[in-house]
Amino acid sequence: MELNGYHSGDAATAASDDDEAAGPKQQPRPSREETASSGRAEGAVSEGSSAAERRSSSSSAARQRLDSLKRGRPPFPWFGMDIGGTLVKLVYFEPKDITAEEEQEEVENLRSIRRYLTSHTAYGAAGIRDVHLELCDLSMCGRTGSLHFIRFPTHDLPAFLQMGRDKHFSSLHTTLCATGGGAYKFEEDFRLMADLQLHKLDELECLIHGVLYIDSVVPSECYYYENPADPEHCEQRPFPLENPYPLLLVNIGSGVSILAVYSKDNYKRVTGTSLGGGTFLGLCCLLTGCNMFEEALEMASRGDGTRVDKLVRDIYGGDYERFGLPGWAVASSFGNMMCKEKRESISKEDLARATLVTITNNIGSITRMCAVNENIQRVVFVGNFLRVNTLSMKLLAYALDYWSKGQLKALFLRHEGYFGAVGALLELLNPS
Amino acid sequence: MAGHSSGTNRGSHSMDKSITLPPDEIFRNLENAKRFAIDIGIRIPLIYTWFRLRHVVTISMLQEADGDPLYEISVQEEITARLHFIKFENAYIETCLDFIKDHLVNTETKVIKATGGGAYKFKDLIEKKLKLKVDKEDEMSCLIKGCNFVLRNIPHEAFVYAKHADSEFRFQTTHPDIFPYLLVNIGSGVSIVKVESEDQFERIGGSSIGGGTFWGLGALLTKTKVKFDELLQLASKGQHTSVDMLVKDIYGGAYGSLGLTGDLIASSFGKSATADKEFSKEDMAKSLLHMISNDIGQLACLYARLHNLNRVYFGGFFIRGHPVTMHTITYSINFFTKGEVQALFLRHEGYLGAIGAFLKGAEEDNPNQYSWGENYAGSSGLMSVSPDLNPMQRARSGTFDMLEMDRLERQLVNLPLLQDPSSYIPDTMDLTEDALAREYWLYCFEEALDGVVKRAIASQPDMPEAAERAEKFRQKYRHKLQTLRNQPFAYGSLTVRSLLDTREHCLNEFNFPDPYSKIKQKENDVALRYYLKVVKSLEELSWEQRQFALVRGLLAGNVFDWGAKAISDVLESDPEFGFEEAKRQLQGNTETFYTQTIRGGPPHTCALFFVDNSGIDIILGVFPFVRELLGRGTQVVLASNSGPALNDVTNGELQILTERIAAMDPVIHSAFKEDRLTLVQSGSSSPCLDLSRLDKVLATVVRERQTDLVIIEGMGRAIHTNYYAMLSCESLKLAVIKNSWLAERLGGKIFSVVFKYEVPPKH
Repeated sequence: MELNGYHSGDAATAASDDDEAAGPKQQPRPSREETASSGRAEGAVSEGSSAAERRSSSSSAARQRLDSLKRGRPPFPWFGMDIGGTLVKLVYFEPKDITAEEEQEEVENLRSIRRYLTSHTAYGAAGIRDVHLELCDLSMCGRTGSLHFIRFPTHDLPAFLQMGRDKHFSSLHTTLCATGGGAYKFEEDFRLMADLQLHKLDELECLIHGVLYIDSVVPSECYYYENPADPEHCEQRPFPLENPYPLLLVNIGSGVSILAVYSKDNYKRVTGTSLGGGTFLGLCCLLTGCNMFEEALEMASRGDGTRVDKLVRDIYGGDYERFGLPGWAVASSFGNMMCKEKRESISKEDLARATLVTITNNIGSITRMCAVNENIQRVVFVGNFLRVNTLSMKLLAYALDYWSKGQLKALFLRHEGYFGAVGALLELLNPS
Repeated sequence: MAGHSSGTNRGSHSMDKSITLPPDEIFRNLENAKRFAIDIGIRIPLIYTWFRLRHVVTISMLQEADGDPLYEISVQEEITARLHFIKFENAYIETCLDFIKDHLVNTETKVIKATGGGAYKFKDLIEKKLKLKVDKEDEMSCLIKGCNFVLRNIPHEAFVYAKHADSEFRFQTTHPDIFPYLLVNIGSGVSIVKVESEDQFERIGGSSIGGGTFWGLGALLTKTKVKFDELLQLASKGQHTSVDMLVKDIYGGAYGSLGLTGDLIASSFGKSATADKEFSKEDMAKSLLHMISNDIGQLACLYARLHNLNRVYFGGFFIRGHPVTMHTITYSINFFTKGEVQALFLRHEGYLGAIGAFLKGAEEDNPNQYSWGENYAGSSGLMSVSPDLNPMQRARSGTFDMLEMDRLERQLVNLPLLQDPSSYIPDTMDLTEDALAREYWLYCFEEALDGVVKRAIASQPDMPEAAERAEKFRQKYRHKLQTLRNQPFAYGSLTVRSLLDTREHCLNEFNFPDPYSKIKQKENDVALRYYLKVVKSLEELSWEQRQFALVRGLLAGNVFDWGAKAISDVLESDPEFGFEEAKRQLQGNTETFYTQTIRGGPPHTCALFFVDNSGIDIILGVFPFVRELLGRGTQVVLASNSGPALNDVTNGELQILTERIAAMDPVIHSAFKEDRLTLVQSGSSSPCLDLSRLDKVLATVVRERQTDLVIIEGMGRAIHTNYYAMLSCESLKLAVIKNSWLAERLGGKIFSVVFKYEVPPKH
């Protein structure tokens, strides 16, 4: 299914992929491995029916590569990849300052990849390019171009690898910098299925470097919510993150990691929780039968969680003044669902909303405790759980503000889930 | 007492899991109830009451006439206070209220204290049924009050749960200072409360993800109308790895650089984010349980760290004795604190709210001024209602869980001479952990039961129904032994002391407050006749010879112990088994004490002597020894039991005996008159000795007199307990091992002498 999707995209740009059905796919691979980092491009082109064509293009690729190396930068294409538990995040730098000479020398494979990625916004069944996040006129490593942000579900990775193989990605001899758990889990698959050698990078380091870099090049990357307590007047406001340290960085992906960052290279993982975006979607799928994050969010936006949760006022008739608990606070998430009649009276939307609120509040609560324990006032939330999830962001902003009595500020970043991938790309450009 | 048929219902111990007691057993003594309190939880309402119970004890009276026994025994009725706690499921609330109404005849009370979330819901029902005004009390402050109460009054209240250890429950010795601590109450939500003193506490945090989330979300996920317990059962059978996304699902293995192992949950329910896969109820319930337990554990750790607390107690209906949740919470705490904080649970956690409500209602009686003791006879013990074992029977019969606590007439405190009160453990052997020893002692007590029954009947020859009562005692105690065989942890750590105390409590329960009173009387009488002769023969010896003779006499006297089966057999068959014979049988050597102290060192300022048996032991063994100490200029404080236990001499009896001896012996006479010889009561009614629960007066006397020598005598006090007790002054523990199994275990023979003289390390 996914394979077809990717393939249909291919067809337009990569007509030469005729060896797809050719018999022994694995056969020529071993020789490739030995040469993967040797710069001897010829060794890479021994397979398929159109070997001759590729030999010539490969040799020009080698020239280009040498050229790039002379200028202290890696050859194109420039990718950074973050393979998470649920999503693969891919950033791709598209050079826009390609000279005519370069254009002419650009290998067919490279051109095909560039065109494929930049001329589509959707790849296969679930691959998406977040066009609104694209950074144009970005200067990286002496080149100017656009940074593209692409994501697809981790379970579609095999199709992605198949595509890489079909497009002879390996012939480009690029270093594929990857982070996230999948860089470890799928390393073997990259090698066997696509003949690609991964350069594995630490997840947290990439995340932090990515955050710092994007914030430095994008003027209004960081923002907060003004008046989080007042739905009428709650608005986004830019927050200049000029002197960011110390910083509590909360990455909400499938699970949650909480980092205390004291400088670019001085950070620690404070804790984490398994109640994250994966839990929200997982529970929503079980409770409502949906299967997409956007769908779950959309349901949540229409639901009423207070029918599902037991509030303080449901127990005490109002505020629990002895302990300063307001009546509207949730006393027991899903607490009303202990009762059979109430289980029968609520909608799927209510359930989705309650799930979202439960997970979000819990993250807020753990975050607040960590901030207090680490004595950090500034909290930046990132991760794909927050993508198109204004509900959760406002809730986090409000919860942090309310329970800390205004001491803590929740900050958000526009490129939510892509910082790990950006960090991986940075590592490619400026190896540490 | 009306529990006529109760005993016969409980033949097989598999039935214990669903106590099918008729209500007249459960609500006994209700007629005399003075105060009530009730804690109406989501699921288990809980009622408990304070009765002024008619309690029968013997009082020994002095009689002056010559030739008659030296004192008279009479049975009198005494009023003592007892707390009765009963827990039942709220499905039974109407039945129970009806029963209470029918039996509540003598009460003067007009008010019932109520707490818990259901106090609102059931207010009208209670007021209508009982014609009592419901007085609502704040839930959290009741909980804390109750928690302080059990921590202070029940020695093995708190425990650590270790699922895979030899003994699942590791009971904690109560730190003398119970504050500060953190109480994590997991009800439908979670409250985290920091308690700093009796009246000072603060809710420092909480979470909405609690027991209600497990239950509510669990019911939705499993799409069944399940009870909380059933959901836990489902969870215990499930595999969370099919639902949760683990670190290895993302990394392929461990995340080495962060030290996260592959089996760690990275995302709860992370694998269920798909529409085309079915998950089993069990697996989802398990995943949910892990998710909630881990979350609570993590928050508790964050709060504990922030407030720098390492004692964290967990309670609430989510915990309430469920091994499954105790295990997952313990696991979570270990994980998040790397073992620095231990999750602690409470045996009587389910009663805390009601105890607190009760205490609030009873403030005019100053309940906190007294010490209280758990009555093993009337309490059903931990896990007596096991949710895992017999759900079918539970559903049919309902669950009744009971706790009774006696108000002790004296306030109990630590012996000021304990080297480290916080690490003091009275008991030498923990039978909860030592299975072989447990087997032996349970067998031993079972074997001795016939003899005890016989003795009980014989002690009340004028009461025709004594045999019937004794039979009930037998049933009760045998049932307790059976319970302990299956659940050694039921009343805290199982020890020889707890077995002995349980027997005493059961005897008391059936109005055998002092089965040995007549025997003690007779033996005291006989021994007194030999006193002067023994003193005279001692005085004829050289100083050095006398010292050895005194110690031999002390030990020989201790052979006379009806508590030890080996001895009671001999005493019963051959009453002439003499003092001299005993001396001959003694094995071992006693020279250390003399070579190190009496021969060499200066006299002690004051000696505290915990005495053991009446008769030959106290009169011919202890008194001559005391006489010698007094002669050296050492003051002597004799500490004896407040209430009867076996043939141990009680404070009341010792008072009379001392006066009798003083009348014969001018040395004792002047010392007693001048208060150089003082009698104090220990505050205990046990054949054993807990130095952390002693009469406050004793502690004061010990401090005032600058006590620098502690002598502890007898198997119960110096071997079963306190053998390893470390004191801050010189101490002497002496006993004769009158049990061959124990002698063998300690590497000796029967009638071996334990003579342990210890000097604390110099600072």
